[in-house]
Amino acid sequence: MGIAVNNQSLFYAGMLVVIALFIAWREKLGLDKDMIIAVIRAVIQLVIVGYVLRYIIHLDQLWITLIIAALIIFNASYNAMKRSALKSFKISLAAIAIGTIITLGGLILAGAIKLVPFQIIPITGMIASNAMIAVGLCFKTMEQAFKDQRQQVVEKLTLGADLKDATLPIIRLSIKTAMQPTIDGAKTVGIVSLPGMMSGLIFAGVDPVRAIKYQIMVTFMLLSTASIASFIAAYLGYREYFNARKQLKSMN
Amino acid sequence: MLFDLNHVSIIRDQKHLLADINLTINAGDYLTITGPSGSGKSTLVKALAALIDPDEGVLNYNGQDILQLDPIKYRREVSYCVQQPTLFGNTVRDNFAFPYQIRKQKFDPAAVEKYLAQVQLPASYLDQPIEKLSGGERQRIALLRNILFDPRVLILDEVTTGLDSENKAIIHDLINHLNHDKHITIIQITHDTEEIAMANRLIHIVGGQLVDESGVK
Repeated sequence: MGIAVNNQSLFYAGMLVVIALFIAWREKLGLDKDMIIAVIRAVIQLVIVGYVLRYIIHLDQLWITLIIAALIIFNASYNAMKRSALKSFKISLAAIAIGTIITLGGLILAGAIKLVPFQIIPITGMIASNAMIAVGLCFKTMEQAFKDQRQQVVEKLTLGADLKDATLPIIRLSIKTAMQPTIDGAKTVGIVSLPGMMSGLIFAGVDPVRAIKYQIMVTFMLLSTASIASFIAAYLGYREYFNARKQLKSMN
Repeated sequence: MLFDLNHVSIIRDQKHLLADINLTINAGDYLTITGPSGSGKSTLVKALAALIDPDEGVLNYNGQDILQLDPIKYRREVSYCVQQPTLFGNTVRDNFAFPYQIRKQKFDPAAVEKYLAQVQLPASYLDQPIEKLSGGERQRIALLRNILFDPRVLILDEVTTGLDSENKAIIHDLINHLNHDKHITIIQITHDTEEIAMANRLIHIVGGQLVDESGVK
C-alpha cells in the first residue's frame, strides 16, 4: 500500500495553499480572506466527518445509517433551494429524495452495494450532491426560461392551453439543461477525468480493472439520479409560476 | 348580455390600473376601445381574457362570475390575440397544430387551408418557415391561430398597428366576416379610424377609468 498521508505530510501539503494565497495577494484578487475561511472550513468539516463516519461505521446500526442518509438528502435539498429563485423546499426535497432513494434502491437490489454504513453513506452523498446540482440547474433554467418565453406562455394560455401545454418547451429545456453536465461527465469519464471513486480505489491499491467497475456503476447511478431529480423538479416546479386560476403569477 | 362588469377594479402596488369599471357587452357586439397608452386598455382586455382577475367588483360572463368558471374552457371561448404576437415552433403548420394539440385532436390540414384562404395565403404556406414571413403575414397567421375553433368572443389588441393598407384590408375583411357571418363578438383595442367605424360601439379609457361611452352608433 502506498498511502502515506500523515499529519506531517499534510502540514507540508498545506504550503500549497500559501502559493494560492500569494497569487491572490499579489494580483489583488481580494480572495485571501475567502480562501483562508474556505481552507479552515474544509479542514474542520472533514475532521468532524472523519470521526463521525468512523463512529457510525463502527456502530453499524441501520437506523443511524438511515438518519445520516436523510440528513444528507435534507442538506442537499436545502442548498438546491437556496441557490434557486424558486424558493420551494418541498419540491427540492421531493426531487432529491425520490431521485436518491430510487437510485440507491436500484443499486441495493442489483447487489452493487450493501445496506451497510460504509457503503450507503458515501454513495448517498455522491447521489444526493449530483441530484442537488441537477435540481439547482433545473430551477435556474426554468426561472430564466419563464422570463425569456413569458410572452409565448401567455399566448398559449390565451389559446386555451392547459398549463403543461403552455409550458412544455420550458419543462423540456429545464430537464435537458439539468442533465447535461452529468451526460457530459459520462462522455469524458476515463478520457479526461479519472473521477474520485475510481481514483480513490486505485489510490488505495485496488486493481484498476475492478476500480472501473465501480466507476461504471457510479456513471449509471448519476445518470439515473440526475434524470429522476430534474424530471420531478421540473414537473412540480412549473406549477409554482401559476396561480389556482391558471394565470401567470407575474402577470399584471 | 354576454359580459357584465360591476365596479371592477384592478390594483397593483396600491395603484388602480382599472378603477370602478361598469360595462356591459352584448353577444354579437363589435366593441372598440381607445385611450392613451398606459390608460388601462390592455389591463381591461387581460381581465376579459381571464389572464388576470378583478381585485374589486364582479366580472360576469354569460350570467356567471368569471371566478367560478374553468379558465381553460373560458379562454377557448373567449380568445385573445395579443399585441405583436410571437409565432410558435418552426413553420406555419406548428402554429396551427397547437390549437389541435391542446384539444387532443388530429390536425386537419383541409380545414386550416380554408382559413388560410380567408386571409389570402396559399395552402403551401403551411410549410413556410416562420422567419421567412412578413410582419403582415405573421399577424394574419397569429389571428387564424385564435379562430380555428370558432370562439364566441375574439379580443384583439392593436392587431393592425404598423401594418400596410393591404394587410389591414385583409384583416378587416376577416374581422367583419367573423362578426357578421359567424356572429363572433369582437372586442378590439385600436386607434384606427376605419376600425372604429366598422364597430358598433366605442369606449374610451383614461387613467383606468371609463369616460363617456358613445354607445350604439
